Amino acid sequence: MAEFRLPPNSRIRKGKHFPAPAGAGAIKRFAVYRYDPDSGQNPRIDTYEVDLDSCGPMVLDALIKIKNEIDPTLTFRRSCREGICGSCAMNIDGGNTLACTRAIDGVKGDVRIYPLPHMPVVKDLVPDLTNFYAQYASIKPWLQTRTPPPPDRERLQSKEDQELINEPAACILCACCSTSCPSYWWNSDRYLGPAALLAAYRWLVDSRDEATGERLDQLEDPFRLYRCHTIMNCTQTCPKELNPAKAIAETKKMLAERRH
Amino acid sequence: MSNSGRPLSPHLSIYRWPITMVLSILHRATGVAMSVGLVVLAAWLMQTAAGPEAYLRFTSTLSTFVGMLFLVGWSFAFFFHAANGVRHLVWDTGRGFDKRDADRSAWIVVGFAAIATAVFWWVAA
Repeated sequence: MAEFRLPPNSRIRKGKHFPAPAGAGAIKRFAVYRYDPDSGQNPRIDTYEVDLDSCGPMVLDALIKIKNEIDPTLTFRRSCREGICGSCAMNIDGGNTLACTRAIDGVKGDVRIYPLPHMPVVKDLVPDLTNFYAQYASIKPWLQTRTPPPPDRERLQSKEDQELINEPAACILCACCSTSCPSYWWNSDRYLGPAALLAAYRWLVDSRDEATGERLDQLEDPFRLYRCHTIMNCTQTCPKELNPAKAIAETKKMLAERRH
Repeated sequence: MSNSGRPLSPHLSIYRWPITMVLSILHRATGVAMSVGLVVLAAWLMQTAAGPEAYLRFTSTLSTFVGMLFLVGWSFAFFFHAANGVRHLVWDTGRGFDKRDADRSAWIVVGFAAIATAVFWWVAA
C-alpha cells in the first residue's frame, strides 16, 4: 500500500539562511535539501543567496560555487559536467534532471533543489542507489548467445538493426526516470522501474542477442513490468530525451504477441 | 523501504505534476467514482420497480443541489474515463508516446469530457 506521508525521521525542518555578500549583483536564491547523518536531526532546507554575476550558467555551477565559497559541508555527486555521466541527477524546480545541463535562468523564482524523490538519503543530495543498480543487474544487461560466433569476424548488425538499439542504449542510468515514477515510489521493491525496463528493451531488440525468450519470461510478472500504468513521468523528465514509456509499451506488445 | 535509518527523500509534496500525471490519477479516481455511482444507478433501477412513490422520493433526492452535483460529476467521470480509455488503447498499439503527442492527447481527453458533459446536460434539461 502506498505511503503518501513522509516517515517521521524524514520530515523537513527549516534550515539556515546564507545571505549574499554586500555588493553582490544579480542575486538568485537556492533552497537546498540538507541532511547530515551524523547530527541525528531531521533533514532541513538551507537557503543560499548566490551572486549570478560571478557564477556559471548551470545549476551545477551554482552548487559548486556554494560548496567552494559559502558552505563546504554541502554534499552532492558530480563528475563530467556535460550530461554524460549521470552523477548530478537531482530534483530541480519540481522535476528530475541533471544539474549540469539545467540552466539557472530557466528557473523562475527560487531554485528549489532536492535529492531524487522517494529514495533513502545518504547525505544532502546523495541518494542510495543500491536497489536501482541491483534492478539494472537483474535484467542481465549483457549480450547472451547460444550459437558460436563467426570464426573470422565479430557478430555484425545491419544498419537498421543497429538503429533499433541506438536510442535505448544512450541511457546513462542517472535514475531521473525511475525516481519520477509514482508507481516506482510505491512499489520499488517489486517494480523494476523505467530505467531497468528501458535497458531490458535494449537487449530484447538487439538482433545479436539470443536470450529473448528468457528475457521476456523474466518480465512477464504482475509487478516487474506491469506496474507501469503509462503515467509518462519517465519520458517527460528524461534529461537525455529518451522514451522509456514507449520501450515499456513495446515490451508489453512483444509479450502480448508471444501469446498468440 | 530499507531499515537503514536513512530518511526518505520527499516525493509527492515536491514534484511538479505534468499534465499526463494529472490524467493518470484522474483516470483511477473517475473509475472509483463510477463504481460508487453504479450502486446509485442500481438503487434507481430498484426504485422504478418499487412503485411511483418510492421512485419519486428517490429522484427528488437526486434533484437537490447536492444530488445534481454528484450526477454531473458522475457524467463527467463517465465521459472522461471512456475517452481516456481510448487513449490507453492507442498507447497499447505503441503509438502516441512522443512527449508532445501525450500532452496533446491529454488535453483532447479533458476537452472532450468537458464538452460531452455540457452537451449531455443541455440535452437532458
